[in-house]
Parts: sequence; structure tokens; C-alpha cells
Amino acid sequence: MLPIGHYLFLGLALFIIGAIGVVTRRNVIVILMSIELILNAVNINLVAFSRLYGDVAGQVFALFIIADAAAEAAVGLGIIIAFFRNRETVLEDEMDLLKW
Amino acid sequence: MQEVTQATMEFMKQYWAPLVCGLAIVAVLPLIVGYVVLVERKIMADMQARLGPMRVGPHGLLQPIADAVKLLIKEDIIPDDADKLVFWLAPVLSVGAALLAMAGLAIGPAFQIAQDINVGILFVVGVSAMGIFGIVLGGWASNSHYSLMGALRSSAQLVSYETAAGMALVCGLLFAGTLNVTSIVEAQRNQGIWFGLLAPVALFTYLVASIAETNRAPFDLPEAESELVAGYMTEFSGFRWSLYFLAEYTNMIVVASVATTLFLGGWLRPFSETRWLNFIDFFPPLLTAVIGVYCLMRTPKQPARVQQLFMLAVAGLCFAVAAVLASPVLVPIAKPSLAAAVRPFYAGIHGGFWFIFKVSAYIYFFMWLRFTLPRYRFDQLMRLGWHFLIPLSIINVLLIGIAMIVGVYYHLNGWRLLLATLPASIMALIIALFILALDQKGEAQKAPSRAPDSYA
Amino acid sequence: MLDQAIFYLFAGVAVVSAILTVTRRNAVHSAIFLITALLATAGIFLELRAEFLFIVQIILYVGGIMVLFVFVIMLVNLDVAVRQLQFARQKWVGLLISLALAAQVGLMLWSSRKIPGQGVPVLNAVPADKLPPNSEEVAKSLFSSYLLPFEIASVLLLVAMIGAVVMAKKRT
Repeated sequence: MLPIGHYLFLGLALFIIGAIGVVTRRNVIVILMSIELILNAVNINLVAFSRLYGDVAGQVFALFIIADAAAEAAVGLGIIIAFFRNRETVLEDEMDLLKW
Repeated sequence: MQEVTQATMEFMKQYWAPLVCGLAIVAVLPLIVGYVVLVERKIMADMQARLGPMRVGPHGLLQPIADAVKLLIKEDIIPDDADKLVFWLAPVLSVGAALLAMAGLAIGPAFQIAQDINVGILFVVGVSAMGIFGIVLGGWASNSHYSLMGALRSSAQLVSYETAAGMALVCGLLFAGTLNVTSIVEAQRNQGIWFGLLAPVALFTYLVASIAETNRAPFDLPEAESELVAGYMTEFSGFRWSLYFLAEYTNMIVVASVATTLFLGGWLRPFSETRWLNFIDFFPPLLTAVIGVYCLMRTPKQPARVQQLFMLAVAGLCFAVAAVLASPVLVPIAKPSLAAAVRPFYAGIHGGFWFIFKVSAYIYFFMWLRFTLPRYRFDQLMRLGWHFLIPLSIINVLLIGIAMIVGVYYHLNGWRLLLATLPASIMALIIALFILALDQKGEAQKAPSRAPDSYA
Repeated sequence: MLDQAIFYLFAGVAVVSAILTVTRRNAVHSAIFLITALLATAGIFLELRAEFLFIVQIILYVGGIMVLFVFVIMLVNLDVAVRQLQFARQKWVGLLISLALAAQVGLMLWSSRKIPGQGVPVLNAVPADKLPPNSEEVAKSLFSSYLLPFEIASVLLLVAMIGAVVMAKKRT
């Protein structure tokens, strides 16, 4: 493997790109996808450190993060479908009602 | 610069054999798929009491090549409103995933492109599952309602049946205790029994789920021509269409190979560890020789001289294959001193034969079902998947696990393990049928006349 | 050398397709580039000899979650959405803050690269051919030290499944 810094910078780059996607996009589906990017960046860091220390725990954590991402995507997309059915839009700044 | 060339040289030195094999597979597979299609048409013709393709070459043996030429010179149409990039990408993705999955398969003890992958069979399953994107994106990109409906149906179907297939695989993997393809087959050799016999319900579940995953009849809803024209392939023509076609048949070969590896003993001969049944070794050369003799008999009946020559060539090929298959069996009998030298060839050559034989049998079963059963309705398909196959496979995993614990406790192995796993399989089947019956009772009590929801 | 080439290839693909993911107008294109980014990450996992995670990434992320995404995008496929404004009003503020964060963390990583005992560790990893078989190791760790988190994760998935079904169900 390469020096750990390479992986950390890659993780940082993916994290920041995901964060930019979350704060700037209006389409909720794209925002969810950006969150997936962020989770992915974290996974890279975990696996890199796991390789560096020869300890498999980091990979187990990454597995949990993937399971978490699956749960998040399922619920998030369920909300999006329910929202779309009621408001005919997927833009987040039009989600401005607490109840309908 | 020198460093780069050195690294490249080192890489090539280490990996030239897999690279060459991969290239060979990519080059030869379209031809094999073409002949699988020919065989399918012949079997269909046979089951419908007609002749099938007979014109191009003797018995239509050159039909695949004519078909390929026809597809290549057809006009390539891209709809105006299509998403050009995705339209271009989708068929390539589909066929790429299918071909990549081939890399993880082991045809014999030595024939494997990506050798010793730690996650072996999962690699094959996971990569071939990526082909779904080719279907979904292709349907979306053509910007047509039929295509989109086909794509949505297909993705729903694949996702539902993937679960059942995965659970069935888990059953086999429980017995194997490893994910490595070669070790799985070795485990079956050590057990002396194929895992398909130990877990018949898992084999059945995988069979049904794999038909659904490859979009074959009776589960070919995504391309049901009476409802959706051709589903996701409606707008594709010529070469792009043939790529989808290639992907579909390659996927068939992949799922058949996975089932063969995990449930049907891979490249092992039936009863490979029973010595008094060693005469089965004569079956492969005899089979090919009989085919060769049949070709010879048909030769004088061909109308044209070219066709007679071609038939002779096919017969010669069959005899050559028979000779190759016979040599590892006959040499030790004729010259016992050479037995040790021939042994590795035996494993490779006969292993390859048995693997291909089992895969062909599995694909033959697919075709048989296709010509026998009518197509399902979409809500029936979903009900079969979610209400029967998935509960069945989950219960089966549970009960097989318990059976294995029982087996360890009473030191059962080999055929004796059947004592524990067979009751488990039967029990799983009974429970799943019970759940299905309960479910149908509940359905019947609810509003009786409701239009079937096509997205259910 | 080979490791380096593989890393830079996959890292480049991942970063470029991540940028395209957040900038594309069409959600389906975004999804395609996200799939590319995820696959490139899977390649990096493989380069780190985490084979099990590599295949889990492909099966679960690419074959599961992304299919779900694409499916939902097609269900809510709005030609209108493509023509609307794609970026929120706070886009410049958000961009600025994100880049500031990037600069901060990057500077921290960069400046601490040479200090022993602090920041980025500089020890050498175990050579690749000395590693134990990966999926066995992950399984052992998962079913011994991390059994409770594993069970909690399965409960979480169950809750998410019920939640998704309730959310997406038609109100009748």
C-alpha cells in the first residue's frame, strides 16, 4: 500500500465533494447520493487504517457503515416517494410544510 | 520511463496467462452463444415437431454466422429523443458485466482466469448482478413507454429474485465453508456427495430464481412481446440489440456455471470417489464418438458437395475430441508406467468435459421450461417470489443450519449427512407451502374482484 | 509501482466521477457517475487487500442501493425537474464553507505529515502476501468481538425496512 496520506487525501476530497453536493443541490435524490459519497469517503479512511495497522476492525466498521447506508437509502427514498405523491416535486426548498 | 516499462513487463510476466485466456473468452463467447441459440432453435423445433433451421450449412450448422452477419450490417438506429450517452452505454454495461463475471468461474481445476480470489463465488454473483443497470438504463434512455415499463419490471423482478438466489447460495456455502470456487468443488469431492443432493430445496430455489434473473420464459415479463413489444430492447437495433442478446445468453451460462459449481459438483465426475464406478470415465469419449458416427452417417444424405465436406469436417472434429478425451483413460491401461504422467491431464480434460456437460444440461432444462410453460402475469410473478420463494429459502437456510449442527453432533458426513438434511428440506418445503396456503386464504377473504396492480 | 498506478487510476476516476455526480443536471446521469465512483472505491478497497469489503461494496452498494436509487428516479421521473434551477440559493455560502473545511483539514494533514508520533502515522503496513485470508478474518471479527453491533445493525435494517414500507405505502 501507499503511504496513508494518499488515502486520507482521497477520502477528504470525496468527503468535501459530497458535502458540497449536500449544501448546494436542490434535488433531494441528488442530496441523498451526495450523502452516499460522504459515507464512502469515511469507508476509505477506515479501510486504509485497517490495512496500516493490520487490524480487521476497520473493515468491520466499514461493513456497518454500508449497512447503515442501505437503511438510510431505503427510508430516504421511501420519504421521497411519499413526498412526491403528495407534492409532485423532489426539490428540497419546496418541502416547506410541517404537515399536509 | 524505464521504471514504467519495467513495471509493465513485470505485470505482463505475472499475468500473461489470465490475460490471454480472458481475450480468448471474449473472442470465442459470441460464437458459443450463437451456437447455444442454434441449439435452442433446434430443440424448440424438435419439441414442436418441425425441423428448425436447415438451409445454412448442413442441419443449419452455419446459421449463427449468417445471423451474426445480418445483425452487424443492419441499420443502427438511435431515437431522436434518446439520451445518447446512456443509450450507447447501456448495452455495453450489460454485456461487460456478464463477461466480467466469467472471470471468476473455474471450468476445471486449472482453468480459471482470476485464480484464488478469496471471495470467489460472491464475485461472480455480484458482478453479474451489475448487468441490471444495462437493462434499466437502456430502458430509460430510449425514452419510450414500453422500454421504461420493461426496465421497471425487470429491475423489480431482479431485485426480488436476487434475495431468494442469495439465500439458496448461502445453503450451499454452509456445506462448503469457503467462498473460493476451487475449494467449493474440493469440498464436494471430500464429502463424496454433491451439495445439490444435500440441499435439494436450495437447488430448486436457485433454479427458479436464476430463470427469473436471466429474464427467461416463463418469467420473461420484461420483454413480453404480447404486452410490451420487446420491453427494454424495443428501441435497440442491429449491433446494440445483439449485445443485449449476447448478455442474456452469457448470463445464462454464468448462472448455470454457478449452480454447477455449488450444487452439481463442478468438474467432478458423478461418484468421483467410488472406484468400482470408474467405467463412467469412458462415457465422455464414447458420447463424442457416437456424435461423430452420426455425422458420418448423415454425410451421404447432404444435397451439395460443400455440405458433405462440411459434415465430414464436423465428424472429424468429434473424433478428434473423442481421441483427446479417451487418451487419459486408455493410456494407463495400455502402459501402466505412464499412468502418473497422464493423471493431471485427466483432471483437466475430463473436468472440463463434465463441467461443460453439466452446464449444458442446466441450460437444456431452461429451454425445456421455456417451450413448455406459458408466461406468468406480473403480479403472479411477484407473489411467487415474495410469498413463496423467499420464505422458503430463508426457512431452508435456518433448517439446513440446524441439520448441520445435528450432523456435527452425531459425526455424520458424506451420504449419511442426508439423514439430517433431507428431513430439514422437506420440513422447509412444508412450512413454505403452509405459509402460501395461509396467504391465499387471506387473499380470498379480502375484496375478491380487484384489478391486478402491475406494480404490486 | 503497480500499487501506485492502480491507486492513482482509481482515485482519479473516483474524484472526477464524484464531481460529475454533484454537478450533473439529470439525476440519472448523477446516478451513473455515482456508480462509477463507488466502483472506483471498490477498486481502492481491493488495492488495500480488503477483498470482502470490495465485493460487499459491489453487491450491496452498486447492486442494491444504487438500483433502488435508479428505480426511484424513474418512478419520480420529471422532465420538469431537469429544467428547473439545480442549485439552492445558499450555494455560494455552502461552497465557500465546504472549501474552507477542505483547506483546514488538508492543511492539517499536510503540515503533520513529518512530525513523528503526531498526526499522520508513518509506520509501514504488513506486506500483502503476509496477510491472513480476508473474508475469514472479517467473519471472525464480526461474530466474536462485534457480535452485539452486528445484531443491532440487523435490527436497524429491520426498522428501516418497516419504515420504508410504511412511507411508500399508498394511503387508502
